[in-house]
Amino acid sequence: MYNQTEIIKDTSELGADGELVINMGPQHPATHGVLHLVVTLNGETIKKIEPHLGYIHRSIEKMCESLTYRQFIYVTSRMDYLSSHINNLGCALLIEKGMQIEVPDRAKYIRVILSELTRIASHELWLGAMAMDLGAFTPFFYAFREREMITDIMEDTCGARLTMNYIVPGGLMYDLHPDFQKKVKAFITQFKSKVTEYEDLVTNNIIFQSRTKGVGILSAEDAISYGCTGPVARASGVSCDIRKIYPYEVYDKVEFDEVLETAGDSFARYMVRVKEMNQSIRIIEQLIDNIPEGDFVGKTKNVLKLPKGEFYTRVETARGEFGVYVVSEGGTTPHRIKFRSPGFSNLSVLNHISVGSMIGDLMASMGTLDLVIPDIDR
Amino acid sequence: MFLKEYITDVVTGVISLLKGMRKTGYYFTHPKEIITEQYPDNRATLLMSDRFKGEVVMPHDANNEHTCTGCTACELACPNGTIKVVTKFETSPEGKKKKAIDALVYRLELCTMCNLCIVACPSDAIKMAPNFEHSVFDRTKLTKVLNQPGSKIRKGIE
Repeated sequence: MYNQTEIIKDTSELGADGELVINMGPQHPATHGVLHLVVTLNGETIKKIEPHLGYIHRSIEKMCESLTYRQFIYVTSRMDYLSSHINNLGCALLIEKGMQIEVPDRAKYIRVILSELTRIASHELWLGAMAMDLGAFTPFFYAFREREMITDIMEDTCGARLTMNYIVPGGLMYDLHPDFQKKVKAFITQFKSKVTEYEDLVTNNIIFQSRTKGVGILSAEDAISYGCTGPVARASGVSCDIRKIYPYEVYDKVEFDEVLETAGDSFARYMVRVKEMNQSIRIIEQLIDNIPEGDFVGKTKNVLKLPKGEFYTRVETARGEFGVYVVSEGGTTPHRIKFRSPGFSNLSVLNHISVGSMIGDLMASMGTLDLVIPDIDR
Repeated sequence: MFLKEYITDVVTGVISLLKGMRKTGYYFTHPKEIITEQYPDNRATLLMSDRFKGEVVMPHDANNEHTCTGCTACELACPNGTIKVVTKFETSPEGKKKKAIDALVYRLELCTMCNLCIVACPSDAIKMAPNFEHSVFDRTKLTKVLNQPGSKIRKGIE
């Protein structure tokens, strides 16, 4: 019989060394969702961090196995909800690759523009939330001001602000909103004039710099061995941008730089994301006036059936490499599906970079990993 | 040497703080540039995008006619089982039997606004409406019948 006074875990041995176990989360303002970290402390020094997952597990991979190839795309918006458009794109690319569906150029251009807008929106939210974790409340509102313009563009064109579901296998669900180009150009001018405010408020702030510089250092070797991708790995000097290495859609036609930093600390991860926003603006500027005319969706069969075999595609989301792996038996639904989410690998490095630092620095190193918990748990 | 470093740290810290505070002060003295909207108070002027996916509705014309043939394409396209099409057989004046919808049951609490049913519909009988204020006190009120009572299919739609 279960007894309420039963000792589940004897922590008296730990107490002998002056160690303290603190549960951070699952309800904590800085864990952005339901991440549960069991932090073992010696005084204020971190000895071990153990992430506990499963609070928001929805078994999305299993769910997808009962949905057809048209239907399962919308579920992936609920994983990494900040780059939902890019998740949808990854799934659509896999189906197009497997069935050899021709995608019109117009759809390709629009997909890339919307992906980059999603990336900026995601980084904006991260910037505000991360500055808030470190005690600066105002940057949150400044970042959300620009993000609001992007969500407005998304609302006009896709019909939703966060979970767009705008991409279908073969192209797009419907054509662009007539005001799209005008609104995107208005956003670019607004963003360029206001991006200096972030530098005044956050980047050049001496408190912010001293809290992030030299905190949570991740070496390039460790970034590779832990499987880190995206801005986390690029801040350590690992070149891993999928848009550069395996270009999809029209990324091989546009000019942009892969942002690399070598320091590997929290400040480098911050700088990578801020510079990446400027690169995204550069990509959008090149494409926005050159969207070709034509169809927005290619010809597809009514019922999609992937040929028998195994398929894998990857795309670069705002957090890193997002992979879709599908085993098909030739039917209308996937036999087995697996998502490689960037957040999971990035979280696994948290223990490594925080051991030995102060508990106050945990906010900086965790904030700059840019964790989205539904993406980790799925 | 230590004292000099300490003093430079303090001075640069104060300068960087003042730079940031200047931005804050600017917006404090320019209230017209603030873009926050007071949501429940601005309902009358609130503009939703015409494509906004709030709920599925079935448009009816002045004669209380819709264009739904009861083909169940939306029911098949829906990933969550949100839509259920109940059909019946209508007898026309000539004595012909014809399939028609009895009720298009739409369960709003299951809907994820993915728009797949609207894309699947061959006769454009349903569409998304921008209404987003769905909260009710009883869950059963979220199960809706989309076709109005006494409505008929428009002539010429097969």
